[in-house]
Amino acid sequence: MNNLLEINNVVKRYGDYTALNDVSMHIPKGSVFGLLGPNGAGKTSLIRIINQITMPDSGDIILDGEKLAPKHIAHIGYLPEERGLYKSMKVGEQALYLAQLKGMSKSEARQKLKYWFDKFDIGAWWNKKIEELSKGMAQKVQFVVTVLHSPKLLIFDEPFSGFDPINAQLIAKEILQLRDEGSTIIFSTHRMESVEEMCDHIALIHKSNKILDGKLEDIKRQYRTNVFEIGFKTDNQDLILGELKEKFEVSTADFKSLNEGLKLKVKLINGNTSGDLLSYLTSKGEVNHFVEMVPSANDIFIQAVNKTQ
Amino acid sequence: MDKLKLIIQREFLAKVKNKSFIIMTFLSPLLMVGMGALVYFLMKKNEEKVKKIVYVDNSGIFSKETFKDSKTVTYEDYTKLGVEETKKKVEEGNYYGALIIPKKDSLEILANSIEFYSKDSPGLSFMGEIESKVETRLKNLKLTKFGIDLEKIEASKISSDIKMYNFSGEESTKAKNVASIIAGGAAGYLLFMFVLIYGTSVMRSVIEEKTSRIIEVIISSVKPFQLMLGKIIGNASAGLVQFFVWGIIIFILSMVLPMVFGIDMTEMQSTRVTPEQMEAMKEAAGGGKLERLIKEVLDLPLLKMFTLFIFYFFGGYMLYSSLFAAIGAAVDNETDTQQFMTPIMLPLILGVYVGFFTVINDPHGPISVIFSYIPFTSPIVMLMRIPFGVAWWEIALSLFLLIITFMSSVWIAAKIYRVGILMYGKKANYKDLWKWIRYSS
Repeated sequence: MNNLLEINNVVKRYGDYTALNDVSMHIPKGSVFGLLGPNGAGKTSLIRIINQITMPDSGDIILDGEKLAPKHIAHIGYLPEERGLYKSMKVGEQALYLAQLKGMSKSEARQKLKYWFDKFDIGAWWNKKIEELSKGMAQKVQFVVTVLHSPKLLIFDEPFSGFDPINAQLIAKEILQLRDEGSTIIFSTHRMESVEEMCDHIALIHKSNKILDGKLEDIKRQYRTNVFEIGFKTDNQDLILGELKEKFEVSTADFKSLNEGLKLKVKLINGNTSGDLLSYLTSKGEVNHFVEMVPSANDIFIQAVNKTQ
Repeated sequence: MDKLKLIIQREFLAKVKNKSFIIMTFLSPLLMVGMGALVYFLMKKNEEKVKKIVYVDNSGIFSKETFKDSKTVTYEDYTKLGVEETKKKVEEGNYYGALIIPKKDSLEILANSIEFYSKDSPGLSFMGEIESKVETRLKNLKLTKFGIDLEKIEASKISSDIKMYNFSGEESTKAKNVASIIAGGAAGYLLFMFVLIYGTSVMRSVIEEKTSRIIEVIISSVKPFQLMLGKIIGNASAGLVQFFVWGIIIFILSMVLPMVFGIDMTEMQSTRVTPEQMEAMKEAAGGGKLERLIKEVLDLPLLKMFTLFIFYFFGGYMLYSSLFAAIGAAVDNETDTQQFMTPIMLPLILGVYVGFFTVINDPHGPISVIFSYIPFTSPIVMLMRIPFGVAWWEIALSLFLLIITFMSSVWIAAKIYRVGILMYGKKANYKDLWKWIRYSS
C-alpha cells in the first residue's frame, strides 16, 4: 500500500454546475502532494470531499486501504483557506475544544498542546482571547490546532497566506518535518514558488478536470525544453556564433554574469546532446555559465492550462 | 453523541460567559421590578395629593351627603360665596376645581347644566366619579318623586352567581376563567418571549461562526446537523438558566421590596381601583376575590398544563429556532436577515394576538380552534386554550401536526444550513434557498 489516499473517478455537481469531472489521483504515503489549479478550478470542492464536508455524486475515496468513512475524521487535519477561530473564546479553551471534536481526550490534548505551544513559544497566550491576538498569531494557533491530533493526512489550503516571510519559513519547516515523521500532506496553492520548495508530487486541476499529475521531477522532465543557457568567452565571436547556429537553435539570453562575452540560449536539436554542446564550446573558448533551463512549476502550470484551451 | 455534548457545552458556556448575557440576566429583573416600583411610587404620590373641590349649589338639592370626602378628594360648600367670587378664589387659591350647580326647573335640565371649572383639564376617571355622584343623587330624587321607597330599592338588591359546569362535571366560574386567562396567557407569552430571544440568539451564533470563518474547521470535524442541533440545544439551555434566574430574582425582590419599603400588598391591590369598581369586582368574583383566584389557579389541571407546556415549548422552540438557524446560515451579516425574518416573525406575533384577543373571549370559537391546530401558532394559542379545557383529541391532533412540522422544519433547515454556512459573498434569495434544499449531500 504505497498510496495513503486514492481518489477514483470523483464527480461532484452543484445543480447544473460540475465542480469535479471524473477526477482521479493517487497520493503516495509520506509525500507532500501539491494540489494546484487556478481559482475556481475545483480544488476546494475536492478538499471538502476528502474532509467529508460534502459527498461526491459518484466515485470513491480510499484512505489507507479503507473506504472513506466518518471515523476517518480523526485521521485528517485540515487548514482551510478561509480560516478563523471563535473570536471571543480563549486560545487554550478553544484549542482543547477543537482537539476534542477531533476525538482526542482532554488530557491528551492538553499534553500535546503544551508541546506545540512551547515549540512555537506561544504558551503565554493560553488565556488570551483570539480577538486580542494579531492575525499572524492567530494563524499560528490555527496551525497548531490543525496538526495537534497527529493526523495521517494533513490538508493545507494556502497555508502561507497571512504569514510574514519569517513565520512562513517556520511553518514550511514544520510541514516538511511532519512529512518526515510520516504524515502525508496535501498542499493546495496557486503560489508556485512554494510548490518548488515543498512538493514531491503535484496534480493540476483546471476547469473541474485533472489535466496533469505525477512526480514533480517526472513532470519537469516531461516538460523539459532542452534549452541551455550559456556564457562563453572567445576571441572570434562571429565565427563561433555562425557555427553554433548550424548545429543548434540559438537565441540571445539575458542573465546576470560577472564575466564578459556571449550570453546565449541554445536549444539542442538533431539528436545533439548537452555533452556535444559542452565539448564543442570548451574546444573553442572559455565557458563560464552552463545551465539547463528547467521549466519552473509556474511555466508548467501556465503551459498546461494553455494547452487545454 | 459525544461531539454533540461537546458542542452543546461550548454553545452554553459561550452564551453564559458572555458579558452582556450576564448583565442582562441580573439587570432585567431589577429593571422590571424597578419599573413596577416606580409606577407604584408615582401612583402613590399622585394619590397622596388631595384634590380640594369646592361647589356652589344654587339648586339646593346637593349636600355634603352627596359629596363625601374621600382619601383623595375633599369637597367644600361655597354656595354662600356666589359663583363669580368662588371662581376667582379657586383660580387664585390652592384648589383643584369648582363645581357650579345652577338652579333649573327640572332635574333633566339640571343634569346637563352642571359645570366644572379647573386650572388643568381633569382626568376622565375623576370626572366619571363626580358624574356618578351627581347621577346617583338625581336618580334617588326622581325615585322619591315617583313615590318609590328608597329603602325598598336598597333592600331589593340581589346578586346572582350562576355556577357553570362542563359535561365532565368540572365546575367553572368566572374566577376560574380569570385564572385560566392568567395561566394560559402567561404560558403562551413566556413561550413567545423565549422563542424570540433565544431563536434569534441561535441565528446570531450561526452568523458569528460564518463571519469568523471558523465554520469550515468545525464541520471538518462534525456534521453540520450536529453543529446546528448543538447550537439550538445549547442556546435553549442558557435560556432556561436565564429564565430560571429571572424567576428567582423577581420572586425574591417582590417579597423583599414591599417589606423594605413598607408597601402593603393588599393596599396596592385596592388603591388602583375606585371603591365602586372594587365593589363591582367583588360582586363579579363573588367575594374574597384574591383568595378565590389563588384557589382557582390551584384548581386548574396544573399537571396536565405543565406537561403540555413542556411539549409545546419544546416543539415550538425547535420549529422556530431551526428556521432561525437556517436564516443565519443563509446570510453573511445580521443586516441581511430582515427579508427572511419577517415571514417567521409574522406567525409568531399572530399567535400572540389571536391568543390575547380571541382565545380570551371565545376559547372554543373557530378562530381559536384553527390557530391552535396550525403548527406555527399552535404552541402559543393552544397553551392559552388548555386551561379552559380542550378535548384530548384536539390536543393530540395539534401536537401531531406540530411534531410533523418541526421535524420537517429541522430537516429543511439542516439542508439550508449545510450549504449556506459555506457560502460567502453572495446575498441569498428564496430561489437560492430552494436550490440548496434540493442539493444532494
